[in-house]
Amino acid sequence: MTRFRIQSPKGAKQIHFTFNGKSYQGFEGEPLAAALLANGVHLIGRSFKFHRPRGIYSAGSAEPNALVTVLHPDGREPNTLATTLEIYEGLEAVSQNCWPSVETDFGAVNSLLSPLFVAGFYYKTFMGKSNKHWMFFEKYIRKAAGMGEASVEADKSVYEKTNTFCDYLIVGAGPAGISAALEAAQTGKRVVLADEQDALGASLIGTNQTIDGLLAGAWLAQQLATLKTYPNVTLLPRTTIYGYYDDNTLGAVERVNTKALRERHIIFHADKVILATGAIERPIVFGNNDRPGVMLASGFGTYVKRHHVRPGTNVIAFTNNDSIYQQIDDAYEAGATVHTVVDMRESLSDYAQEIVTKTGINVQLGKAVSHVLGSKKIRAVQLDDGTKLSCDLLIVSGGWTPTINLQSQQGDKPIYDDSLCAFLPGLPHQDYLSVGACNGQFGLADCLKSGARALGQDRTYTVERDAPWDILPVWEVPVTKGISFVDFQHDVKASDISLAKREGFISVEHLKRYTTLGMANDQGKTSNLNALALMAKERQKPITEVGTTRFRPPYTPVAIGTLSGGKYGDHFRPTRYTSMHEWHINHGAEMINTGAWVRPRVYKQPGETVTDAYIREAASVRNSVGMVDVTTLGKIEVVGPDAPEFLNRVYTNAWLKLPVGKARYGVMLRDDGLVFDDGTTWRLEENRFLMTTTTANAANVLTHLEYLLDVVWPGLKVKVISVTDQWAGVAVAGPNSRATIAKTVSGVDMSHEAFPFMAVMDGFMDTIPVKIARLSFSGELAYEVWCPSHYGLAMWEKLFDAGKEFNLTPYGTEALGTLRIEKGHVSGPELDGRTSLDDLGLSWAFGKKDFVGKPLSQREGLMASDRAKLVGLMSKPGQAIRPGSQIVTQDNQTRSIGHVTSTTYSPALQNYIALALIQNGRDKIGDTVIATYPLKNEQQDVEIVHPHFFDPDGSRMHV
Amino acid sequence: MKIECPFCGKRDHSEFTYKGDATVARPDHSEQDLDRWNDYVFQRTNPKGAHKEYWHHTNGCRKFLIVERDTISHKINSVTLVQGGGK
Amino acid sequence: MSTHGPNMSEYSVFSLLKHTLSGHKNWKETWRSPAPKSHYDIIIVGGGGHGLATAYYLAKEHNLTNIAVLEKGWIGGGNMGRNTTIVRSNYMLEANTRFYEHSLKLWESLSQELNYNVMFSQRGVINLAHTPAQLDGFARRGNAMLLNGADAELLDRDEIARRCPGLDMSPDARFPIVGGMCQPRGGTARHDAVAWGYAHGADRLGVDIIENCEVTGFQMKDAQVCGVETTRGAITAGKVGVAVAGHTSQVMQKAGLERLPIESHLLQAFVSEPVKPLIDTVVTFGAGHLYISQSNKGGLVFGGDIDGYNSFAQRGNMPVIEDVAACAMTMFPNLGKIRLLRHWGGIMDMSMDGTPIISETPIQNLYLNGGWCYGGFKATPASGWCFAHLLATGTPHDLIKDFTLNRFERGYTIDEKGVGAQPRLH
Repeated sequence: MTRFRIQSPKGAKQIHFTFNGKSYQGFEGEPLAAALLANGVHLIGRSFKFHRPRGIYSAGSAEPNALVTVLHPDGREPNTLATTLEIYEGLEAVSQNCWPSVETDFGAVNSLLSPLFVAGFYYKTFMGKSNKHWMFFEKYIRKAAGMGEASVEADKSVYEKTNTFCDYLIVGAGPAGISAALEAAQTGKRVVLADEQDALGASLIGTNQTIDGLLAGAWLAQQLATLKTYPNVTLLPRTTIYGYYDDNTLGAVERVNTKALRERHIIFHADKVILATGAIERPIVFGNNDRPGVMLASGFGTYVKRHHVRPGTNVIAFTNNDSIYQQIDDAYEAGATVHTVVDMRESLSDYAQEIVTKTGINVQLGKAVSHVLGSKKIRAVQLDDGTKLSCDLLIVSGGWTPTINLQSQQGDKPIYDDSLCAFLPGLPHQDYLSVGACNGQFGLADCLKSGARALGQDRTYTVERDAPWDILPVWEVPVTKGISFVDFQHDVKASDISLAKREGFISVEHLKRYTTLGMANDQGKTSNLNALALMAKERQKPITEVGTTRFRPPYTPVAIGTLSGGKYGDHFRPTRYTSMHEWHINHGAEMINTGAWVRPRVYKQPGETVTDAYIREAASVRNSVGMVDVTTLGKIEVVGPDAPEFLNRVYTNAWLKLPVGKARYGVMLRDDGLVFDDGTTWRLEENRFLMTTTTANAANVLTHLEYLLDVVWPGLKVKVISVTDQWAGVAVAGPNSRATIAKTVSGVDMSHEAFPFMAVMDGFMDTIPVKIARLSFSGELAYEVWCPSHYGLAMWEKLFDAGKEFNLTPYGTEALGTLRIEKGHVSGPELDGRTSLDDLGLSWAFGKKDFVGKPLSQREGLMASDRAKLVGLMSKPGQAIRPGSQIVTQDNQTRSIGHVTSTTYSPALQNYIALALIQNGRDKIGDTVIATYPLKNEQQDVEIVHPHFFDPDGSRMHV
Repeated sequence: MKIECPFCGKRDHSEFTYKGDATVARPDHSEQDLDRWNDYVFQRTNPKGAHKEYWHHTNGCRKFLIVERDTISHKINSVTLVQGGGK
Repeated sequence: MSTHGPNMSEYSVFSLLKHTLSGHKNWKETWRSPAPKSHYDIIIVGGGGHGLATAYYLAKEHNLTNIAVLEKGWIGGGNMGRNTTIVRSNYMLEANTRFYEHSLKLWESLSQELNYNVMFSQRGVINLAHTPAQLDGFARRGNAMLLNGADAELLDRDEIARRCPGLDMSPDARFPIVGGMCQPRGGTARHDAVAWGYAHGADRLGVDIIENCEVTGFQMKDAQVCGVETTRGAITAGKVGVAVAGHTSQVMQKAGLERLPIESHLLQAFVSEPVKPLIDTVVTFGAGHLYISQSNKGGLVFGGDIDGYNSFAQRGNMPVIEDVAACAMTMFPNLGKIRLLRHWGGIMDMSMDGTPIISETPIQNLYLNGGWCYGGFKATPASGWCFAHLLATGTPHDLIKDFTLNRFERGYTIDEKGVGAQPRLH
């Protein structure tokens, strides 16, 4: 037991922790600040700008000064409030923003320069003659700024997210919240009572006030026990409701702090919200009011009453209102005394007088503390009449600021109340009620009453020793010595506010941005109102005309890991695997992401590079046979008597006469006339089609079709549904593809006559039902074979086995690309959302009938002659053409006339080839242009050729 | 925001996809007048306040809904099924 | 030319020292608060960055000083004061590359030009690529940038790992990083200071910046605009330029232009608690939508997708918040214990092709600057410079000849993302 520890917390386990490397004892679960105070430690860190010594200013989440870094085994946790951090065995915490130590900090030299470092300092200097000047100084400024230091190692903590639905969400478990919960419990509806602290009860804990004849603490225990008997009530301590979003959706963090789960992100969906968020005590602005040993009276009260720690032994109080007397009284009964109170008011209320008499305290009426003495710890205060009083702790109360952050986040404008010297919640836009201190009901009886009232109940609680509300609207003591701080955390001084006014930054938003007031981690919880009052004085206007800024979520800072809810890394996006995935992996496939899908890029053989592999694979297709997993293509069933008419409107080309059992290639446009997607669609039955889309556009095409059917043509009798996941597909391509399939399939005549190009047949592979379509993306004799997904691997293996005698080669997306580039078929890089049918050489598909996108495809700009057109490029020197090259001409080597879209080495042509979009390119066939790649300072001559490099008349696929 | 889908009930807006102004009139499929198509595709009133708009229940029933929503308060006043806007 | 006296504030380290000696009691207003005159040659509606820059360049480049900027609230209070401060010119399509590169060049001397430190910090902007195809796309862009006088470099995995400690570089990550593109001259700037700097600069050249003056209507004569009605009285003008992104539709409707190729959408921005230098450059994620940098104060500043529905509320909703955090953690798994300090929203003019509009309008003497989507901040200098040129000369500068209001009906859209007329996707 130290002389600062009044008694050990009941049943608490004694533990060891270190602060700045030094070992201390404390009790498990108490805030670090309490444990440090019990050990006589007041100097916690250094301030942001001036490196002034800072201590513990409060006892809760509004703390502006006592920020530490926690050293976890897996990394650092900077900017942690010592006032809310619950200590545990082995905790290691260190001070921030100081070097070499918090005691001796070289950065404190900044403090000497504080007259120079005024608001707006950086805007006025470091400009020099060029931007390099600023970049030079900025390096040092950045190093000096920042607060705690973060880790570069990955965070290994576990986070999760839940959604919680309830009828009543009560935020804050002080007297108003508990009173509301008691009434809500009886409705039988789902009630959640959440509070940011580890214990529920807030100001009820440790006070000597009584409720209905019971000491508040006893009353609290009784009510919490009652609430726990209700199955419809959930009590959530350590849970901060940080943000209020639309339709009563609220974000919350529950601090679980176990190995299995660090924090839980809870999204509340509440029918009704009751905000009982209390109030935060305000500082008074006077000289050196930031020194360690200056503390809010409520903080002092909490450490004494709740944690049985005495933050000082020679305590002076300074106030402009009555509430501090309650803290003095409670502390007196808990064993900590205050010897003098400096009260700016001229007379005492009966309530205050009674406590003064009872505690035997000295009173200095009508006086103020003008500044404090001492640097790393205060040693005395000087009053405005010159009196100097020694002390080791000064407790301050400048009044109370209702905690209306959640209301304000919604944009509800607060209303200033002159008698309370406080902003109260404005008109709510959402379904919530504000009760208790956050609504200006500062007395205990009023809080209890307003909580019940929120549930429509008139209930009266009898309270003894309730403090009356009386405040003198004084915010600042004229400074005679030292610096008066308004915003401690950002080192904003009272004089900065005057300067901002002088320079025209009088709008509160300008004030905030120019001085950085209220923009620190605490969002100005203790400073905003004082700043407004000071600006009001400067402008000689009432506070209400100065305006307020909107609080932004979160109420208190929330870990990014928590907000992610653990949905990162492998959980960030779903991963889609085809049925044949394992096979690909087992056969040396190098996999690649294409959207959410994972596909084989190449199947590498020992010693092969990606290029070696795709050249081998593509050549095998042309020479014999290859197979590729095409499961990822989007597949949509289009069903109904009007399906042909629907397709005829959606695709640019004609669809009405497609016979059953045949497939057709189609292109669709967006409404703006540019190409949207392409693919083949198969007529399976009279009224049933299977549409395939590109892998990338599968979802967009489905939505597009649904839009047309739902909104535009509800009269068409057509239904569409995605069947992408239902089918596994393999494209078998090459001269031996027919023979390969014929070996495995029964019930299908594979002959050219019976199974012509673009035909679709049903058959079986053993017992596996398959659909076979004779389609070709590669330009070879080729088939797509489809089966229900769960047979996919079996189908693949059967085909693979059947093809062994032909040396069948599985191929990946690279060879797939090679084969289609050789044929001049367009794909993703060409279908880039900026190309028209004609740009892509697809104007043959421009139907005579009306189709989606037809009118706007005829806009002037889409018909312009200088549009970029799809052409082929042939490498002249046999050098690879880099993808991403720009095309320029010999005459003008800095102006791009187009770009390379897709490139490959063509085993068929034994040369490097590419597809490109070049202005007016079709008229330039035969020209030599330059493919330039300034990123690597490379360029090469290429010849513009027709994009159908290989087998332009398509004879190979018609055999 | 929460949208009361006529099929699926009240669901979080993250299940839906916003699909734009529902007051724009799509010209008839056979309409050839470019001005009318340009107006439909590109021009918006973009009201500050009451707005009638399409939402697609992408991760639900996949129906297109007409939602009357305030673009300042995000309050939703009605949700109805599309009855068919064009021909 | 200036209504300031000779003691007007010139900012430098020497003036700071001088003022320190006098207790900072003699600093002047950064810009005056004049009462509106009855007539101006040109009125700019909107005291955001673009409007203020326009006024500055009208005075500076075109010697026009009978200019007023009318702002309904406080200057720089729209997207100027709530963006993620990124400056870059890494666009792919020529019209954009050239325009934004002009802007970047103006940024490079802006502090000196305005005698106001806008803290333009050329820390580089890195775009991560997660597939070879994505890297090819960046190469196309980078090559286009270099041809148009911008700077760009391709980075391999090792270089990215070196420049961005903390990134998840594991090859079996869900979205492995295969490389990236960097624009070394890109970076960040102190957003508020840009508004204040332009205001300061324009004010010194005699421009009247009039705050708390909302335009409530336009005065028309023979179907031409000849002035504005405001909450501080009617003001006549030779020409009126509107630069009120976020509320373009509302203001233009007052002039009778009922419909525009613009929707207002909501974009959220995020800042963490300040930490010591951790991320030295601007990094954008290629597998989700996230961009992140670290401010000079130490806060990690990040942003993601727009919320995806028309909105005039400067506050967003949960899905984007969760997604942004998930993107951040997927890229930088070391950020788990760093706390989000604040998030907020701004209203974006999302144009139908994702490209801005700086243009004459169907109404004579009325000019429009809008449709900035969420790229307006970096464009501020060039936007003002080009808009000033258009207002002063009546003809568009070559840099903005493609940014016309009628490009949509004419079929000359500039669609960097290739998604068509879907504002929420640009």
